[in-house]
Amino acid sequence: MEMEHTNFVYDLIGTNTIAYILLALLPMLFLLPYALVAILGELKISAWIQERLGPMRTGWKGVLQPLAEVVKLLQKEDITPSAVNKPLFNLAPFVMFAGAYAAYAVIPFSSVFIPSGINIGLFYVFAVSAFGVIAIVMGGWASNNKYSLLGAMRAASQMISYEIPIAVTILAIATLAGSLDMQTIIVKQGGGFWNWNLFGGPGGIAKLWVIPFTIILFVVYFVGSLAEINRVPFDIPEGESEIVAGYHTEYSGMKFAMFFFAEYSNMFIVSAIITVLFLGGWQSPFGDFLNGPIWQSLWFVSKAMIFVFMQIWIRWTLPRLRVDQLMHVTWKVMLPISFVAFFAVALWAMLSV
Amino acid sequence: MSEIKTFEIDFGKVHSERMRLNVGPQHPSTHGVLRLEVELEGEIVTEVVPHIGYLHRCFEKHAENMTYPQVIPYIDRMDYIAAMNNELPYVMGMEKLLDIKVNERIEYIRVICAELNRIANHQLAVATFGLDSGAFTPFLFLFRDREMIITLFERLSGGRLLYNYFWIGGLMHEVPPNFEEDCRAIIKQVRATNAETMNLLIYNKIFIERTANVGILPADVAVNFACSGPVIRGSGVPYDIRKTEPYSIYDRFDFNVCVGRGEVGTVGDCWDRNIVRMEEMEESCKIIEQALEQMPKEPCDVREFVPKRIKPPKGEFYSKAENPKGELGFYIISDGGLKPTRVRSRATSFVNLSVLPEISKGYMVADLIMILGSLDIVLGEIDR
Repeated sequence: MEMEHTNFVYDLIGTNTIAYILLALLPMLFLLPYALVAILGELKISAWIQERLGPMRTGWKGVLQPLAEVVKLLQKEDITPSAVNKPLFNLAPFVMFAGAYAAYAVIPFSSVFIPSGINIGLFYVFAVSAFGVIAIVMGGWASNNKYSLLGAMRAASQMISYEIPIAVTILAIATLAGSLDMQTIIVKQGGGFWNWNLFGGPGGIAKLWVIPFTIILFVVYFVGSLAEINRVPFDIPEGESEIVAGYHTEYSGMKFAMFFFAEYSNMFIVSAIITVLFLGGWQSPFGDFLNGPIWQSLWFVSKAMIFVFMQIWIRWTLPRLRVDQLMHVTWKVMLPISFVAFFAVALWAMLSV
Repeated sequence: MSEIKTFEIDFGKVHSERMRLNVGPQHPSTHGVLRLEVELEGEIVTEVVPHIGYLHRCFEKHAENMTYPQVIPYIDRMDYIAAMNNELPYVMGMEKLLDIKVNERIEYIRVICAELNRIANHQLAVATFGLDSGAFTPFLFLFRDREMIITLFERLSGGRLLYNYFWIGGLMHEVPPNFEEDCRAIIKQVRATNAETMNLLIYNKIFIERTANVGILPADVAVNFACSGPVIRGSGVPYDIRKTEPYSIYDRFDFNVCVGRGEVGTVGDCWDRNIVRMEEMEESCKIIEQALEQMPKEPCDVREFVPKRIKPPKGEFYSKAENPKGELGFYIISDGGLKPTRVRSRATSFVNLSVLPEISKGYMVADLIMILGSLDIVLGEIDR
């Protein structure tokens, strides 16, 4: 099933090179303010959880603190230790960020805006998110530091493991929606929140039995996404108390900022994907109510930000797992569960056609 | 039909070797300037060699050039987390040597201060143990409460960390007027936060996974290594000097000796050592409450029995007390002069650290950090 994508940039200036460049840059316009908001959110939410005030001196209630931190990181000395493999060491942060930014090509912010409406959007996201592993192993190996190496090895094993349950989840939703195209998946979930894939997608009363399985898939995806972006309780590659800072131990200044920026960017991407897969993407929860193109982008961003908030919330609440326990959770718990849920959803998709 | 092909891939000569990793002295969770030389097979620890001495300040040599009261501030700097408890065995021993009997109220104030400091120490131990496991929020909750105790001590002695409050034959000052209400407020807050910490950290599934069945210290090994404090009690040995050989006025209070029961894992694992600390905080609260009830209410002259000139008779003695970390003892030799000939301390953390290589083999790096955290060491005491 193919779908024509309308894209407001093409409508405005036609399909030409300038439009392509504009489309490539537009997500950056979102990403930069988002990163500042997310960093401020991390500071303020952690302060709220821990009964502190958080930053209070920069601007009103410290709202300018992320900006100050970015400026600080920019002007810091960029140290390259003498023992590192320079080309790889310098390349790693950029690969990391490139992978994180490339995923924005298929993030549908609204029914009239998706930078690239390719019909295998889900696979594309899945593929480019694996870029991060290469960057982490590159950075960890090139740093010539034992802690970095340990962190890189942990990151590689962790990300490869966690991509499998996530892949099964994505497969299940693709089966349910009958498409790998982001916009098609979202359009199918239109007409109110009860049609979201979290609640079994559109369907009559018969869909009730499949709802537990879609909720399980949702949980599996959310847990797996935490592992994929190295957030607590799966922040093993950078486990501060064990291996100092993991793969970015030797990085400073702007290169560290790139890793940092990529982490926050990834936080949004996995939240956006979970929104697309389970929460109807840019669809309004109330059918056609407030479902215009601008409202849609608001719905989309706010749904995704709920998950960013949850990631921050979990980070400041839970301890960290050990690396073998993490493998246990993936291979022996999440993978079988996701397979069972996949079969149930596939059965439902087959019956309801 | 597709034909079967065989591929031969030459991977070259693959060899693996063990990695030597220096954990510390600058590392986020060595609890000070400890260096652990760790030999790793992948992530499995095969050998641990603790290297100490980065904080060596010649306490014992310094003490030989000081008069007896001047030694006390140096003792504060040994286990700087629990300075009040450090002063207690030295002061008690000196009083025994000089044959001074201090009055009741001073004894009670000492016990209350020591128990408050025990709570502060255990709060810090549990907090940093949680931090080692990656939980940052309980750390701040416990530090917020520790602040109340520190503030009370600041009002008592003027110091927030190093007090010099117990003097030979008395105290530095009488307690401030609303000391009793402050203590009760602290106890109330400590109990509230402990209940919260139990939910947030101790019975957290991930925390249990990380600490249960990790770093198991069997009771016989603990005894052989002369461990003491929560480390040996975590292994199920009810050894607490406050109960086994009551000193000061500890025989007047009703409290339990907390031991590890292997509630979620094996007896003597990291979780047990930690839960012993949590439970001891409650026992300390009980002791403080009883002491506040029994304490003579009339303020007294706390310097009444402080000798003008401390010149103990020729002789030697060993005095010990239950530090929050275990048995802290001082062996002091006097030649009849104004200065001690020798002050030797049996440092708890030093003895407890010695068990680390024994119990951490075969675990992962992450576990090594947890085991080290569960031993609750202070480098100021190890290196002295």
